[in-house]
Amino acid sequence: MKKRHFLRSIALLGLAGAIGVPAAHAQLRVEISGVGATQIPVAIAAFADEGISPVQVSAIVKADLTRSGYFRIIETGSAISETAPVNYAEWKSRGADALAVGSVQRLADGRLDVRYKLYDTVKGTQLSSMPLAVAPASARLAGHKIADDIYEKLTGIRGVFSTRIAYVTKSGREYRLEIADADGEGTQIALRSNEPIISPAWSPDGTKVAYVSFENKKPIVYVQNLVTTQRTVVANFKGSNSAPNWSPDGTKLAVALSREGLTQIFIVNADGSGARRLTTSDSIDTEPQFAPDGQTIYFTSDRSGGPQIYRINVNGGTPQRVTFNGSYNISPRISPDGKTLAYISRRDGKFQLYTLDLATSQELRLSDTTKDESPSFAPNGRYIMYATETGRRGTLAVVSTDGRARAVLAMQAGDVREPTWGPFMK
Amino acid sequence: MRSLSLALVVSSAVLLAACSSVKLDEKPQVVEKPATPVTQQPDSRTVQTVNTQSVDPLNDPKGELAKRSVYFDYDSYVVKDEFKGLVAAHGKYLTANKGRKIVIQGNTDERGGSEYNLALGQKRAEAVRKSLSVLGVPEAQMEAVSFGKEKPKALGHDEASWAENRRADIVYQ
Repeated sequence: MKKRHFLRSIALLGLAGAIGVPAAHAQLRVEISGVGATQIPVAIAAFADEGISPVQVSAIVKADLTRSGYFRIIETGSAISETAPVNYAEWKSRGADALAVGSVQRLADGRLDVRYKLYDTVKGTQLSSMPLAVAPASARLAGHKIADDIYEKLTGIRGVFSTRIAYVTKSGREYRLEIADADGEGTQIALRSNEPIISPAWSPDGTKVAYVSFENKKPIVYVQNLVTTQRTVVANFKGSNSAPNWSPDGTKLAVALSREGLTQIFIVNADGSGARRLTTSDSIDTEPQFAPDGQTIYFTSDRSGGPQIYRINVNGGTPQRVTFNGSYNISPRISPDGKTLAYISRRDGKFQLYTLDLATSQELRLSDTTKDESPSFAPNGRYIMYATETGRRGTLAVVSTDGRARAVLAMQAGDVREPTWGPFMK
Repeated sequence: MRSLSLALVVSSAVLLAACSSVKLDEKPQVVEKPATPVTQQPDSRTVQTVNTQSVDPLNDPKGELAKRSVYFDYDSYVVKDEFKGLVAAHGKYLTANKGRKIVIQGNTDERGGSEYNLALGQKRAEAVRKSLSVLGVPEAQMEAVSFGKEKPKALGHDEASWAENRRADIVYQ
């Protein structure tokens, strides 16, 4: 058995998802600590012949659904192919509401032909069937896509297992911007630096990340194409440039600039041209966030004395205050359906994740930790990832928006911070 | 030979006692290394430094420009009275030396979010910049930037460390 280094302060639960070998560079490890209020019981059979794949597809599916907090996996024993007849009554008597089966075969061109079917054991019908042809190196992605399909067919909500996350790590004196799958696997390094990196933001099409880099001894906003590594300077005006946020159509970014003295919000084209000032106050206005309709921008302002969250029309005008509880509310994030605001609020000296229903003004505290930062909605709106402290180290946490399902993602060494959840991709 | 060197030491000590105003112990010390004869005239290998007017006062470690950091109270973004002399000294230097440029780097302690703290650090840098501007330093010679909480100088999690990090630094380019 390979030797691993465990954090003393994080107890390893039996449910950890990753089976793989510790990577040569640091990798995120996922620990689950809470489950949803109701869990759908689903049987996931081993897929026939899945041993020919570098990774067991059914194992990925089981790990994804378990980690989501909304499923309970029923054991199945041996492999079941999608061509096998199904005894619905038997599965129903085993407590499963649904059954997933499949097979893996090798195609002539070397790719893997992954076939899967999902059955509703209660109604006795087939719910879904999906063939996938993937390169062996993408076997994990096939598993994630099947898990997404099961999640959507059984909950009505699109799954996020095929999405990616970006985050910043600090280890010794090196900072890195890293991209990983939503389960913490498949880490890739996008940027290495000896100076801080903050505020990464995915472009809506998932091919670029904007971020703030201090590599020139002042904060400058860059956009980096993840595939080509091409970098564009989006904002390097006199003073500090930060807090990039993409418009929903991907053509513009809202940024915070101090070029006029105090930090104010501007909108700039994605190539850095055409900077236009949006806010006009003699206080701090920062952390702009486009609403999904592209017409409203939420932001943090301390114009009332302490930082609170406001919204303003993208064409300017009088901002409207949104948060009223507590004296310190920052880091606004809008859910994909535009109905919920997530933010960090300081109460009694504790910095914690909250959500606000924008229609009812009902507030919900989502964490019990005290140093929460940088929340980010999953693209299906069902989960929020954020940075926090576990032990004395920076870790990431994921919580379902009803507050029940929880997981912590930690590095083996160093701190991880500034998470941002990537979009759905084709 | 030993008694000879001791005699030399004794005679040197006596000579020194006669010539200098420094009080010696009653008993001369025995030294391990061979004694060199000491005379009253200055060593011909001495070099004394002459300072001309063109030496840059910025490089004087004991000068008033050696101090480059302005510290701030918690939740405060005004330059306290105790730092106004420091700011004035740099203001005087910069107005006299039009070719010199500075970057003023603002910092905060570790508490709170990164982006909001970046803006608060900017407020500190801007406060120093404004003070220098009022003293007549041209815009073109100054840039105020912020590191927020990202580059703390003190790494502890106590009030002493936080106080050290609530700071704006004047950095000559």
